Amino acid sequence: MSAAAAPALAVEGLAKRFGGLTVTRDVSLAVMPGERRLIIGPNGAGKTTLFNLITGEIAADAGSVRLFGQELLGLPTRRRAHLGLARTYQILTLFPRETLLHNVVLALLGLAPFRWDPWSALACRRALREEALEALARVGLAGAAERTVAETSYGERRRLELAMALAQRPRVLLLDEPLAGLSQPERHAIRELLEAIPRDVTIVMIEHDMDVALAFAERITVLHFGEVIVEGTRAEVVADPRTREVYLGE
Amino acid sequence: MRREAAGAAVRGGLALLGLALLPWVLGGDFYVNLASQVLIYALLALSLNLLIGAAGLTSLGHAAYLGIAAYAAAWLTGNAGFGALPAALAALAIGTASAAVFGVLALRASGLGFLMITLALGQIVWGVAYRWVSLTGGDNGIRLADRPAVLGFDLGTPVAFYYFAAAVFALAFLFLRRLALSPLGACLRGTKEQPRRMAMLGHHVWMLRWIAFVLAGFWGSVAGLLYLYYHKFVSPQALSLQQSAEALLMVLLGGSSTLAGPVVGAAVITLVKNLVSSYVDRWLTLLGVIFVAVVVFMPQGIVPGLAGLLRRLRALRPERAGAAPPRAAAGHEAAP
Repeated sequence: MSAAAAPALAVEGLAKRFGGLTVTRDVSLAVMPGERRLIIGPNGAGKTTLFNLITGEIAADAGSVRLFGQELLGLPTRRRAHLGLARTYQILTLFPRETLLHNVVLALLGLAPFRWDPWSALACRRALREEALEALARVGLAGAAERTVAETSYGERRRLELAMALAQRPRVLLLDEPLAGLSQPERHAIRELLEAIPRDVTIVMIEHDMDVALAFAERITVLHFGEVIVEGTRAEVVADPRTREVYLGE
Repeated sequence: MRREAAGAAVRGGLALLGLALLPWVLGGDFYVNLASQVLIYALLALSLNLLIGAAGLTSLGHAAYLGIAAYAAAWLTGNAGFGALPAALAALAIGTASAAVFGVLALRASGLGFLMITLALGQIVWGVAYRWVSLTGGDNGIRLADRPAVLGFDLGTPVAFYYFAAAVFALAFLFLRRLALSPLGACLRGTKEQPRRMAMLGHHVWMLRWIAFVLAGFWGSVAGLLYLYYHKFVSPQALSLQQSAEALLMVLLGGSSTLAGPVVGAAVITLVKNLVSSYVDRWLTLLGVIFVAVVVFMPQGIVPGLAGLLRRLRALRPERAGAAPPRAAAGHEAAP
């Protein structure tokens, strides 16, 4: 397989058990570069676990995860980030006492070689600050840069989650319920932000809001009890009786 | 930004001036010696605060590095015929190297597990010092014949030693302040709040913590050298659990979120121990009361507590907002 034709993210035979509970069972999926993939499934289907296995926050028992052809399993999470993988969290995972700007700066530092510098002042890194402000501006938080996370609304924190991931210029971005807990206008705003992300970023998204998610995604994977039960285009998945069975319990 | 830097430079200059004039203000040898002790413990508390305040790791074995360096320097000068400078450098290397090894062991855990491992390691070092009599002299400890001469200056007098300790302390403070404001310091504080997110952002959480552990060990070892030169004597008491616990209490009392906190905590505890104990029999009770009061009224510690109090007072009197004393800002030195 040539590099150009390689999927951005290729998961094969991925498995994870917690004791007697199988949370991920032989999951395979291939997401092509630039694709927008939606992952749906009822609560407990193993969607977030799948993300944790891809990022390495949970170690997989078996299988393979490749990012543009490169095997990720066995690499620590930080290495995967350096290879171009970024994610957001369903449960906000921010630095609450720091300013929004500093949150993004920490994201940028993660990939910057000078993150080990113990002597020069962080405040003097103009370029880093500019880049962080730019990332905040992209999600409409430019005016709130100097506020601490504790002083922001829930909707603004959701945007910050997104800004931190986008600031890293990832090749593959995993979004774990980016709309969770948001009001209708806020959802609409986030949707516009997501649609503005350039196509050189491949996106895999877990989301329950079908109005937004179905419009956004090109292909959909349905997980149920840790297994892929349906995969295909929007129309295929919606028409498939197994999707209805999982969601409507027929 | 330039104004902030200028403000910091002015505060630093005033602090240096204060350190330089202190012996002149204090007068008697007793008080100058007391000031030297405060500086030594302030350095120990500052080094421990690299773990507590910056990395969020509570260690209960930090006296080990003070003790290891002090024993190493005393033994190398007394028994191996090392000169003062080679002995000091070797002692720093040994202290730092033991922190490097202990760090690998302790960082297998965080939180309570980390605390217990550091406690156990500290007790092992204490056990060695206490039991390996042929090496350490056991309970009798090791005596240092004389304080070394530094750059031709004899450290024999209290004032000379005080200036030496103050110079070392100022150097350490400058380094730790720069570290707190640096990219590495910011990353380290990030691992305290959200280690998982930090890893996902590409940070090497374990390595950051280990670096903090080793740096804490290094500055703890520097405090150990000062301790040895001051007392001209080292015994298992130097690396006892009580010593480690006291260092921890200094950090918590003063406030771990600032650089000034551990210094203030060290000053309060050292002064109560040495000064108040000569007037009040129940000085330990007094120390206990101080702790309870701080925990109840300023759970973040004295320095952040007073800074918050000043802020609130100033908010009550808006017409004087411009004439704020610069001390209030000192509480935020560690937070860029």
